[in-house]
Amino acid sequence: MTKIIVITSGKGGVGKTTTSASFAVGLAGRGFKTAVIDFDIGLRNLDLIMGCERRVVYDFVNVIRKEASLNQALIRDKHIKDLFILPASQTRDKDALTLEGVAAVLEELSKTFDYIVCDSPAGIERGAQLAMYFADSAIVVTNPEVSSVRDSDRMLGLLSSKTKRAEEGQPPLTEHLLLTRYSPKRVARGDMLSLADVNEILAIPLLGVIPESQAVLRASNSGDPVILDKESDAGQAYLDAVGRFLGEEIPHRFIEEKGNWLKRIFNLKERETV
Amino acid sequence: MSIANKISRILDYLKRPEKTSHFAKERLQIIIAHERGMRDKPDYLAALQKDLLDVIAKYVAIDKEAVKVDLERKEGFSVLELNVTLPDSTL
Repeated sequence: MTKIIVITSGKGGVGKTTTSASFAVGLAGRGFKTAVIDFDIGLRNLDLIMGCERRVVYDFVNVIRKEASLNQALIRDKHIKDLFILPASQTRDKDALTLEGVAAVLEELSKTFDYIVCDSPAGIERGAQLAMYFADSAIVVTNPEVSSVRDSDRMLGLLSSKTKRAEEGQPPLTEHLLLTRYSPKRVARGDMLSLADVNEILAIPLLGVIPESQAVLRASNSGDPVILDKESDAGQAYLDAVGRFLGEEIPHRFIEEKGNWLKRIFNLKERETV
Repeated sequence: MSIANKISRILDYLKRPEKTSHFAKERLQIIIAHERGMRDKPDYLAALQKDLLDVIAKYVAIDKEAVKVDLERKEGFSVLELNVTLPDSTL
């Protein structure tokens, strides 16, 4: 049975595409045939983060308009054989995505794929609504910051009313909180909402905490999703989160400030991190 | 610059800035509780309130704040509650 996952947040710039790319790589790395779809029509970026921007020929909208077949548009990932990317179109036509079109693409993908990861655009417009509409699970990406937390709560409201499951009275989709750009140091200093604060306010199960990390920018620079950087804290945090998503019990890491100040003085490398 | 001034500047420099995360939490708790309360209400409620106010104002001089429209969902049905406080002079 194919599972459709939406990566959503409401607010822009919190790490939806980074998370979509790493989650898709993580699931495919576990042997699941996975497709990741960019729903951000007009502002395509998943292709850059996945490092396949020069191989885009056809896109999501071409498939919906039947200008290309799904197989022609799907791009095979350069690292993992069971992973395919469906890029967004760069059209400025707001109505390019249709409910019927998206339904048809997801249905065709469901015949052969185990997981379909939908990378939602920011905002609550059509692209975001369609990205969540057919989902079985939602990963709500949130930064420990007021506007992101508020927007996430707004998305939770939409997830519980504006999805196929909600409209048809089926069991609700499963919600997961992914807290990103977390800085235990700033939390300890009292200048950042803590994991407990965000958890208390949003009240949905925590999938993982991705620490603020230089590895994320390095990963997007080179077009290799950060989960592939297994030495990095963010990469390991994403690997853990994928494991938890698949039902494994993995303790949360990177949520406490590491070492004491004395240790930090002698460890210059660590001082680099925020 | 006086010595006292210099000392105060040095003290200011050494002082830790005030912690702010608890402001974030308190503000979020208030606004999110409010927005969750609005979540289940249909979008037309505000427009309906305005139209009702206009109709009533055609006949009675009323305070703009004196009309309250509320929608309550119960099992199987909804209750649309309309409260209008008429000024004393109209009675």
